[in-house]
Amino acid sequence: MSTAALPDTTPNVGPTRTPAFEKRLAKRYRAERNFRLLGLSAVVFSVAVLVFLLGNMAINGIAGFQRAEMTVSINLPATQISADAAQLDTPEAMLWLKKQNLAEAVQLEAEMQLGKAGAAQLSPDAWRDVAAAIIDDPTLLGRTASFDLPATSAMAAALRGDGPPETRALAQRLADEGKLANNWDWGFLARSDATSPQAVGIWAALKGSMLTMLVTLVLAFPIGVLSALYLEEYAPKNRWTDIIEVSISNLAAVPSIIFGLLGLSVFLWLFPNLRSAPLIGGMTLALMTMPVIVISGRNAIKAVPPSIRDGALAIGASPVQVVFHHVLPLALPGMLTGTIIGMARALGETAPLLLIGMRAFVATPPDGFTSPATVLPMQIFLWSDEIDRGFVERTSAAIIVLLVFLLVMNGLAIYLRNKFEKRW
Amino acid sequence: MSPITLILIALGLGLVGWLAGRAKAWGFQTGDAAERPASRPVYHAWYVALWVVLPVLGFVVVWSVLSPQLVMQAVLASPAAQDLPAMAFERDAFLGEARAVALGQAPGVFNDDAEALIAPFREAIAHYNSVGVMVTVLIALAGGALAFLRLKPQFGARTRVERTVMAVLLVASLVAILTTFGIFASLVFETVRFFGIVSPVDFLFGTKWGPDTTASPDAVDPTRYGAVPLFWGTIFIGAIIAMIVAIPLGLMSAIYLTQYADPRVRTWIKPLLEILAGVPTVVYGYFAALTIAPAIRNAAVSLGIASASTESALAAGIVMGVMIIPFVSSMADDSMAAVPGAMRDGSLAMGATKSETIRKVLFPAALPGIVAGIMLAVSRAIGETMIVVMAASPAANLTANPLEPMSTVTVQIVKLLTGEQSTDHPATLSAFALGFVLFMVTLALNFIALRVVKRFREAYE
Repeated sequence: MSTAALPDTTPNVGPTRTPAFEKRLAKRYRAERNFRLLGLSAVVFSVAVLVFLLGNMAINGIAGFQRAEMTVSINLPATQISADAAQLDTPEAMLWLKKQNLAEAVQLEAEMQLGKAGAAQLSPDAWRDVAAAIIDDPTLLGRTASFDLPATSAMAAALRGDGPPETRALAQRLADEGKLANNWDWGFLARSDATSPQAVGIWAALKGSMLTMLVTLVLAFPIGVLSALYLEEYAPKNRWTDIIEVSISNLAAVPSIIFGLLGLSVFLWLFPNLRSAPLIGGMTLALMTMPVIVISGRNAIKAVPPSIRDGALAIGASPVQVVFHHVLPLALPGMLTGTIIGMARALGETAPLLLIGMRAFVATPPDGFTSPATVLPMQIFLWSDEIDRGFVERTSAAIIVLLVFLLVMNGLAIYLRNKFEKRW
Repeated sequence: MSPITLILIALGLGLVGWLAGRAKAWGFQTGDAAERPASRPVYHAWYVALWVVLPVLGFVVVWSVLSPQLVMQAVLASPAAQDLPAMAFERDAFLGEARAVALGQAPGVFNDDAEALIAPFREAIAHYNSVGVMVTVLIALAGGALAFLRLKPQFGARTRVERTVMAVLLVASLVAILTTFGIFASLVFETVRFFGIVSPVDFLFGTKWGPDTTASPDAVDPTRYGAVPLFWGTIFIGAIIAMIVAIPLGLMSAIYLTQYADPRVRTWIKPLLEILAGVPTVVYGYFAALTIAPAIRNAAVSLGIASASTESALAAGIVMGVMIIPFVSSMADDSMAAVPGAMRDGSLAMGATKSETIRKVLFPAALPGIVAGIMLAVSRAIGETMIVVMAASPAANLTANPLEPMSTVTVQIVKLLTGEQSTDHPATLSAFALGFVLFMVTLALNFIALRVVKRFREAYE
């Protein structure tokens, strides 16, 4: 009897784990697993898209760094071209060689070695490569030399297996004879825009990008750093500084194309002669980059502990000395990191530059801040309009160059952040 | 003379002033503690240098705007300019050619008529160059001399230099206001001109978009300026399709990376996702136009939808969504991190599974921040240009079928402003009106989002 009076604890646990409970629990655990799997697949999908994007560009781009070239050996003494070193040093050397029928001589040799049909597929500008080689090394004129000369776009397509069957057969024959091959084309980095994918290069766009970035940096960095210093260290809390802060955070979120509209209606109105010049492009991008630098700069300044300021003030430094001798040097690495990230964004920007007219066909590299130029993203955009097959690879190759630049910049920013990160 | 040369001259003279000021200030030191100068020599030096450089910089800014116009006037007043054609367009072309040759930017002129203008241009440019250099040097010398003569042992050079530094800082921070004002003014100015030709009602509520860029500016058909199809295309691509892709993927990635993933995995995957945000939009546009759009079209055609277009809204929207993923994910990450750990721990202690905690506790608590993040993402998507310029269509189309071509506000802005029409044409002006609408909408979205984020953050502090 007494044992029955004792409270029994076990039944209270047992009935809760009823079959219904077990079922619910299993369902909950299943939901847990599914949810986790869903999260994992979201991450995997995003990474897969990135890998696909980069892989796609890389595979196409590697072909873009190559071009179809035909091998022609030219007996230069037999062409009777004469030139001494002094003549070849002048800017008119190319013209001088053309006057002596270098182009015809190259064509004649090509016809003998490649046959009439093959020589017809030699790029009409092929002689320029020979001329450039002669200008580089005048001793070539005294011997027989073998040149890898660019083929036409049609021939390049045929080598890839596109185009009419007879051209394909010709390409196949020449390739089998070792006279036609896809060669590594370092000239792609050194040449400028052209109408044929076989002759294009990205140097003009690259130089334009560098000049534009230089203008952006020179304008945006000082203005950004100085206004970050003012807002974080000196600004009184009043309506004016509120307006400044609000306009900076708004500017950071304004679509880039709006900056293009501003550049178009203000900068091009002030300087109508500088259409598509790096100066105007840089000014427009600087306005866009400045807020990014201000925001990151303020965070870097905030990270400097107040004790540093108090210490300097306590030994008699003026507020300006506190900031310029103590706070700024400590905050500078953080500011630089933000600046590099802002510059990387500006480097990849296309839309505002499209509006201020940097979409012109520029076949010569810009020689200053005021001459017409194009930038790397714009070159990619312009080439992507060419449906010509040969431009697909070239565009991807240009994208690779752009992405490499961006990765290097971002890598530098991460390196700087890790190197200078301080724990106070 | 290019502004850079003038600035270099000013900097050179500034250096001279700096050295001279410091040399003079060194002489003030007597070694007697009671008669110590008020400022250290370096501040005297900076005082002189600032008086040399700052006035010159002001002059250079004014001069670089003014001198081309002065040159132009001098050329127009010269006898050679009398034979210029009356047509403004042709005349400008001639003047531009002659100018380029005179500046050494071009080897020769195309029009023989411009040949005669080269000499007057050379003359005027040389004249104003020497005027510019002379005025620069004069201003620099006057400023430097004024400052130099004021240096005395008890002169408060440091206070003045520091006051100037503060003024420079203030001016730098005013650039942001100036830019905002510049954007607003230039957009409003052109928009008002546009609304003088086409009524705002026709523009905002009309359903047919097809500006005739070849029509005469006097005979404008206002029914062709109805922007509703563009607004719809922008919302459909940027706020609907892109968000259908970006929100689930971004949110789930953030949840997985913050709540489930091993910290070591997280340190690798997070920067990898950030690369997605750093890829230039022109690359995405290229990817969308060349890879995704044809794939979508082929898939649709094989499903029996023959009307599928290669310029479909779907391709642009999906790629834009991918671009936005890291943005949504980092915003969600931030707002979930702001939820106090006690709330999560409480839920887990009650026996809830991790996913139940996330769905029923963490997510509702972080919702305001997440919504704000999504609003910022939408604002970024509707202002995005290159992806839609390359992958969407230039033809405005009011439809809900994602496989059909659709145009957006930004596509039209680019299309209208990269043509060859004059700046006064209503079609050109309409681009600014579109820009104005875009600016106001993104501004409103950002403003609300920032407000929500701010208020939400404070709730747990």
